[in-house]
Amino acid sequence: MSTKRGRIRITGFDTDRVTDRERLSDWREATTTGGTDGRWKRAWRRFRENRAAMLGVYTVAIMSLLALFSQKVVVAGVPVQPFAIAPYEPGEILYLQNPSLERFNPPTLAHPMGLDANGRDIFSRLLVGGRISISIGFVVVCITATIGMAYGAIAGYYGGWVDEVMMRFVDVIFAFPGLVLALVIVALLGGGYWPLVVAFTVPGWASYARLIRGEVLSVKENEYVLAAQALGARDRSVIFRHIVPNAMAPLIVQASLSIGTVVIGVAALGFLGLGFPPGTPEWGTMLNQTRSTIITGPGGTIPWWVTVFPGGAIFLFVMAMNMIGDGINDALDAQEISAAGAGGAE
Amino acid sequence: MSLRRFILKRVLLVFPILLGVSIVTFSLVKLTPGNPVQVAIGLNPDMGPQEIARLKQRYGLTQPAWKQYLNWLGDIVLHGDFGSTYGARERAVSDIIANRLPETVVLGLFGWVFALAIAIPTGIYAAVRKDELGDHVSRFVALAGISLPNFWLGLMLILVFALVLNLFPVSAPRKPLWHPATLWYLLLPGITIGTASASNLMRIMRSSMAEEMNKEYVTAARAKGLPERTVVLKHVLRNSLISVTTVAAFLTAAIVSGSVVVEQVFGWPGLGRELIAAVRNRQVDLILGITLFTGVAIILANLLADILYAVLDPRIRYD
Repeated sequence: MSTKRGRIRITGFDTDRVTDRERLSDWREATTTGGTDGRWKRAWRRFRENRAAMLGVYTVAIMSLLALFSQKVVVAGVPVQPFAIAPYEPGEILYLQNPSLERFNPPTLAHPMGLDANGRDIFSRLLVGGRISISIGFVVVCITATIGMAYGAIAGYYGGWVDEVMMRFVDVIFAFPGLVLALVIVALLGGGYWPLVVAFTVPGWASYARLIRGEVLSVKENEYVLAAQALGARDRSVIFRHIVPNAMAPLIVQASLSIGTVVIGVAALGFLGLGFPPGTPEWGTMLNQTRSTIITGPGGTIPWWVTVFPGGAIFLFVMAMNMIGDGINDALDAQEISAAGAGGAE
Repeated sequence: MSLRRFILKRVLLVFPILLGVSIVTFSLVKLTPGNPVQVAIGLNPDMGPQEIARLKQRYGLTQPAWKQYLNWLGDIVLHGDFGSTYGARERAVSDIIANRLPETVVLGLFGWVFALAIAIPTGIYAAVRKDELGDHVSRFVALAGISLPNFWLGLMLILVFALVLNLFPVSAPRKPLWHPATLWYLLLPGITIGTASASNLMRIMRSSMAEEMNKEYVTAARAKGLPERTVVLKHVLRNSLISVTTVAAFLTAAIVSGSVVVEQVFGWPGLGRELIAAVRNRQVDLILGITLFTGVAIILANLLADILYAVLDPRIRYD
């Protein structure tokens, strides 16, 4: 037992045995013994009854599976995922092999979403592009939520000047429009998958930090925290085992609503031509240059399919994600958290 | 705490944040590859080491980073000098900002007005008709509005209203800012930039109205026989508008972010388009200037919202 902090010295107190006992004891939350259900179980039931939210879950699941099975995944020569449902290679210029096709071929049965300015199959590109656009949202939200949770928990738990300094830094991050900060970071690092993850992590963690700090401030007044401290639990375990789990609900709501914001932000940088090299099958990058192609289309026609489908994919995914987020919010009965700033990163 | 003391305290708190914003911006941008010397070497690869050294001297790049920072900050605070672009044509960053700012502000105003005009009435309607069909429909539309990528919305509006229906020109008219043709052209970008904010605001408006409707003063107002219209519009609306001011600053940030993308979609010559051009051409001083400028604008918007909040709701001055 460490007594560095001048607490009462307790001897003959074997911490290993205490953890052992905790695991062995047959004490459980009142929930499993019948009667009322636990909070998470109740929330899950309410979520399942929400038809809009379940529609969102199915949509996200289908879109993710389509992206996953769009092309074979080969790791070190071993095919991990042998399916390829995308009918063409995303970079394949089709009019070179098939003379009946041309650039901006309108949607046909063989090419349900038409061909783009370079004669590539838009449907195949959308399927493959989902890998980048969908995964990056989840990756960024996992990283930012973890960082923000740790940061906010520490600031809220210690309070005083530590809190003051840490939260002023959060204020500084909040002073930047997220997309502008991401833009500057992409200018610094260049485009690509991981640079974009960094670019959206730097402005993204601050809202979680502020949220969790507020939660921790109220949760830490509870008696069980005092009890844990009195038992001599270390700060780290008080914060992460007792306080944080009780501040999780609003964090999950915020996280689920942020995925869409990140996906839109990444696509926006792609649209501006800064996110990925031109020609990358990514939903936003596919829309880069389409402003000029719809205005000055070939032969006076408007190639609407070049714009409608990639943007529609982003919209469909983000909408489904936000329906899930709203469903989680209602299920956990947390207060309304806005997806502030969506539509162009917060 | 009196109102005056609250405002004073809040204004003083702004300075450390301003300082932090300037430090973060400076250190981020200074790490960006591509300083004026590298650009000059790119234009003229025959330069000798002596000339390179002299160039570095000229741009103050031989000094340690903290000194460069203090020089940069000093120039801005004391002389309003944000540095200049380099290359064939040197332009003062402060001139660029001053020239482009009105365009961005007007576009932002269009977005703001659109957001408020849509969000407040629908928010009231949805709260009054809570859990009825109208509420469900308007909530669904608001959710769709949040989920729309603004650049795609802009492209679709151009496609439908400018190209198919021919109601708007496809590019900005070369007219002064206040010319009716320019203002007409600004309608589509204004709608594009305001849609996400309108949807957010509507959701907030609805939930804060619905919360207020359950309070006792509403029951009291109904009990004394006031018509429902008066109860909603005079009593509930006033109180829920207070909470709307707190998100106003948030929405300002969203509109500033949005302007970067929307100006690109509609070819509107504002600060956002200038920023993207600066990032593409690695104009360090210009990136610094615009980023710092937007940061300060958002801090000030926050400050205004806080003060407005304290004026409207005296309870929060006593914390």
